[in-house]
Amino acid sequence: MAQLPFFPHTQEDVARMLERVGLSSLQELYSDVPQEFLYRGEYDLPSALSESEVKASLEALAARNRKLTVFVGQGAYDHYTPSVIPALCARSEFLTAYTPYQCEISQGTLRYIFEFQSMICALTGLDVANASVYDGATAAAEAARMCVASTRKRNRILASEGLLPCVRKVLEAYARYGGYELLVSDHPLDALDASVAGVILPSIDRSGAIVDLEGAADAVHAAGALLVLYCDPSALAVLRSPADWGADIAIGDAQPLGMPLSYGGPYAGFMACREALMRKLPGRIVGQARDAQGHRCFVLTLQAREQHIRREKATSNICSNESLMALWATIYLSLMGPEGMKELNAACYRSSHYLRERLLSTGLFEAAEPGDFIKEFVLRPRTDASRLHKYLLDKGFFAALPTAEGGVSFCVTERRTKEEIDALVSAVEQYAKEEGR
Amino acid sequence: MSYYEKLIFELSKPGRRGAAVPSGTGEVKVPFGDGAKCWRSEAPALPEVSEPDVVRHYTRLSQLNFGVDGGFYPLGSCTMKYNPKVCEDVPALFAGLHPLQDEETTAGARELLSGAERFLCALTGMKHFTFSPCAGAHGELTGLMIIRRYHEMRGDTARTRILVPDSAHGTNPASAAICGLEPVTVPSGPDGLVDPEALRPLLGPDIAGIMLTNPNTLGLFEKHIKEIAELVHGCGGLLYYDGANLNPLVGVLRPGDMGFDVMHVNLHKTFSTPHGGGGPGSGPVGVCEALKDALAQVDGKVSAFHGNFGVIVRAYAYILMLGREHVKELGPFATLAANYIKESLRDKFKLPIDSVCKHEFVFDGLIDDGGRDGVPAATTLDVAKRMLDYGFHAPTIYFPLLFHQSMMIEPTETESLETLDECIAVLRKIADEAVADPSLLKSAPHNTPIGRPDETEAARHPILKFAAEA
Amino acid sequence: MSIVKEGLLYSESHEWVRMDGDVAIIGVSDFAQSEMGDITYVDMPDEGDAVEQGEDFGALESVKASSELYAPVSGTVIACNTELEDAPELINKDPYAAWIIKVQVSDKAQLAALMSAAAYAQKVGA
Repeated sequence: MAQLPFFPHTQEDVARMLERVGLSSLQELYSDVPQEFLYRGEYDLPSALSESEVKASLEALAARNRKLTVFVGQGAYDHYTPSVIPALCARSEFLTAYTPYQCEISQGTLRYIFEFQSMICALTGLDVANASVYDGATAAAEAARMCVASTRKRNRILASEGLLPCVRKVLEAYARYGGYELLVSDHPLDALDASVAGVILPSIDRSGAIVDLEGAADAVHAAGALLVLYCDPSALAVLRSPADWGADIAIGDAQPLGMPLSYGGPYAGFMACREALMRKLPGRIVGQARDAQGHRCFVLTLQAREQHIRREKATSNICSNESLMALWATIYLSLMGPEGMKELNAACYRSSHYLRERLLSTGLFEAAEPGDFIKEFVLRPRTDASRLHKYLLDKGFFAALPTAEGGVSFCVTERRTKEEIDALVSAVEQYAKEEGR
Repeated sequence: MSYYEKLIFELSKPGRRGAAVPSGTGEVKVPFGDGAKCWRSEAPALPEVSEPDVVRHYTRLSQLNFGVDGGFYPLGSCTMKYNPKVCEDVPALFAGLHPLQDEETTAGARELLSGAERFLCALTGMKHFTFSPCAGAHGELTGLMIIRRYHEMRGDTARTRILVPDSAHGTNPASAAICGLEPVTVPSGPDGLVDPEALRPLLGPDIAGIMLTNPNTLGLFEKHIKEIAELVHGCGGLLYYDGANLNPLVGVLRPGDMGFDVMHVNLHKTFSTPHGGGGPGSGPVGVCEALKDALAQVDGKVSAFHGNFGVIVRAYAYILMLGREHVKELGPFATLAANYIKESLRDKFKLPIDSVCKHEFVFDGLIDDGGRDGVPAATTLDVAKRMLDYGFHAPTIYFPLLFHQSMMIEPTETESLETLDECIAVLRKIADEAVADPSLLKSAPHNTPIGRPDETEAARHPILKFAAEA
Repeated sequence: MSIVKEGLLYSESHEWVRMDGDVAIIGVSDFAQSEMGDITYVDMPDEGDAVEQGEDFGALESVKASSELYAPVSGTVIACNTELEDAPELINKDPYAAWIIKVQVSDKAQLAALMSAAAYAQKVGA
C-alpha cells in the first residue's frame, strides 16, 4: 500500500517512536481499551483515491446539479463575489490559522475581526458587535436568549410572522427547550405585556418589502422589553439603521456581503447591541489593547462571558465564530465602501423594479401588498404557483418561488443582466401563451 | 520586519473605490437619500479604499498570523492537522447552488451529503447523521435536543438532568443549560477517569443521559465505558459522545460499538477542514437506529439551510483520500506521536498521570520551575509565550482545570518525526532556561510582532470598535 | 498571607458582612480578591432585588475567570456600589473598603450561620 501523502511516518520513523515509548507495536497503544471494542473488519469506505481521482469524483457529483440563473433570495442572495476576496482568504495564514488565543501570533485574525465588528456597528448604528455566529437564523435564537438573560424574570419572546421561514424555524427549535416561550404572530406588538423580554421584527419582510418600524421601539420599551431587528446588512447601507429605529439588538446574516450561495453555507451571522447589553452578548469579541512597548494590538476580550469560563451560567454555548467568512465580509465592505454599497443597492432596486413591471405587463400576475422594496418582491399569480415555478425551472431559471400564501417570490441582484431578466420574462410570456392566457 | 499597525479605516480617503458595480436595468428613480422615513440620511462609516490598498492591507495582516501551513500547533483537543489542498479546490464546484433549489436540480449536492453520511456512519458506528450543526458546540446542542425529543416521544418528561464529568470542556454544561437540562457533575477518580462507583449514586429516573468525551480531556481512554454504558442505559438514560477527541479512535474503535447513542463529529478537527482563524466549522450529529425518529424531528432546524455545505465538501474529499486503507493508520499514528512527545519530555515536565495516552496528554508544569530564593516560578503561561519565540504555537494551556499548570499537547498524525524532535528540543531548552535565566520566559515573547498585551485593561475599559481620532 | 479584617462576619464562600442596624454591608475578603487576580468587572444585582442566603447574587470577573458571589444573608438589595462599574480594581486595592451591595436583612438570626473573623482567619490560614 502506497504511503498516504499527508502521513509522513515511514516504517523507520514508527520503529524509532515505538522504541522511545517502550512498546513493540502500534496495537499496544490501545491495550488499555476493552479489546472487544476494537474494530477488526474492513471499514465500509471506498478504496483510497489519488488527488486526480478525487477531483474527477467531485466533478462528476457537481455535474449532477443543474446550474440555474438565480432569481430567488429568501435568505441567500446571489450577489457578485469580487475576485480579491477568495484570493486573500485563500492565504494560508488566514485559512489555516487557529482561534486567536495566542494573540501575539494572531494579530492578523484579531485585527480583521475588530474591523468586522466596526463595520457591523457602522451599518447597524449600534455600539458593540461580536465576531460573528454561525448564521443569521442562529443569531436570532441567540438574540432571543440574550433578551431573556438581560431582562429580569421575563421569559417570553415575541416574533413577527414576517421573518424569513429559515429564521423562524431555528427560533422555534431553540425556544422549545430554551426555557422561554416564543410567540410568532402577524402583529407581535399587540401581545406586549410585562412578561415579554424581547420582540424580534424584520427590517425587511420576507416578501421583500421594507418595513416601516415607526413607533415599534417606543411600544416595546414602554412595556419594558428589548427590540431586536433582523436585517440584511447589504441593505443597511441605504436603509435607516436599527439604532435609528430604536433597536437594542440587530442581527442578520452577512451572506449578502459577497459570499457565494454554496448550497447554504458557510455563511456568517452577526449580532450588534447597545453598550448596556454588552456583557450579555454571546460569542467572541475582539478588543483593543496595548502591549508593553505601547503598540496598539488586539485581543479576545470579555472572555469571562463565555462558555469555557462561565460553563452552564454562560448566555450561550457558542465556542467558535465563522471567522474566515467574517474576513470575507470585511474585505467585501472595504472594496465596496459606502458609495459602492449605495450603487449596488441602486442596481438591485432598478433591476428588480424593472422585472416587476415587465412581469405585471405579461398579465399573468396581480400586484401583491404595496410597500417599496430593494431586490425582492412577491406577486400573486393568476395561475398555479408551483406549475409556473417548475416551468421556469425547466427553462433554466430558479424563480417564482411559491410562498406560503400562494404568491411567487422573485429576487434580482446586480448580477442579473438585462439579457437574463428579459429571458426570464420571455419564458413567463411563453408559459402564459401555453396556458392560453 | 516592522510591525504593520494600520486598520483599514486608517487607509481611507474620500473618493477612493475598490469595486465597480453594474448599474442595473431600467430607469426607475432610486429613492435613497431622499430624506424619506425608511432610508438613511447619512452614508455608513465604511472605509473608502482602492483595490490595491485592500490587497496590501490584508496581505500584510496575514503576515502577522501563524497558521498550521507555516508551523506546528501542538494544541490539545484542537487536532490541528494538515489541510490537504485538493480539498480547497472542490467547494467551488458547488458555489452557484442556491440552498432552496428544487431537489431535482441538486442531485449531486444531495448525493454528496448522503455519501458523507455513509462515510461517517462507517467510521463511527452510528446509523444516521444530520449535517445541520455548524460547529462542535452547535452539534452538542443538537444532540441534546435529540435526546430530549427521544424521551418526550416515549412519554417520559421527567428527565431534566444530564451527567457531565468534571473534566469536560465548558461547552458541555453550557450546551446542556441552553437545552434546559441541569448538568450534574461526575467527579473524576485519582486516575483521571470516570469511576462507575462515583457515577452509580447519581443515576435516577430524572437523568436524561451522560455526556462523555472518550478519550477524555486528559487524553485517557475511559476504560470503564462498558460499565458506564450499562449503568446509564440501565437507568433509562442515553450516552452522548463529544467528538472533539475522535482522532485517536479513527480506524481503531467506533463510538457506536462502545454503547454511545448519539454523537457529534468536528469536521474541522478529525476531518481536516481548515480552521479559518476560528471558523467556519461543521459539527454533524449521528445517532443509533433507536434515535432515528428523534433525529428526523430536529434535522434541518438548527441552522437556516443545509449546514456548512462548503465545509462538508472538504471533509468528503478528505475521506475519499484516506479510503478504507489509510483510516486504519490515522488513529495509531496520532496516538504514537503523542506518546513519543510525552516520553521525550517527562524528565523535564510533570506528568500527573503516568500511563499510555491516546492522541493527547497533559503536563502539569515544569518539574523545576526555577522558583526559589525570591525568584518567581515560571508558569505554564510563561512556557507557552516562550515557545512562540521559537516559532511554535503553544499547546493548550490551563485546561483541563484539574491541574493548576495544565499544558495539553496533541501533535496529530501529520507532523513528521523531525518536527516532533524539534518541538521536543525547544521545550527542553525552555525548561532549562526557566532555571538558568527565567526572565527570558517571564518577558516572552520577544520575536513576535507584539509583546504580551495588557488584557486586564482591555477587559476593564473595552474598546470594541474603531473610532476615528477626533 | 491574606488579611482578615477584625469586627466583620465571614461566609464559607469568602464574603464579609458588616452590620449597620438592619442593613448588611457586603463585600469579599482579601483572600477572595487575591485568588481572583485583577478584577475586570463586577456583575451586580439591581436595587430592589431579593437575595437568598447561600444563593448567588452576582459575580466577579477577571480576564480568565469568573467567580460567583453568594449572599451571606437573605433580604432586599437597597444599594449597589456604582463606583465598581468604572473601577472594579477597587476591590483588589482595598477589599474591605470596596463594599459591593447593601441588603435590608429579613432575618437577623441568619447571621449566626456566619463565621467570626478569627474562625475565618483559621479557615484561610491567615
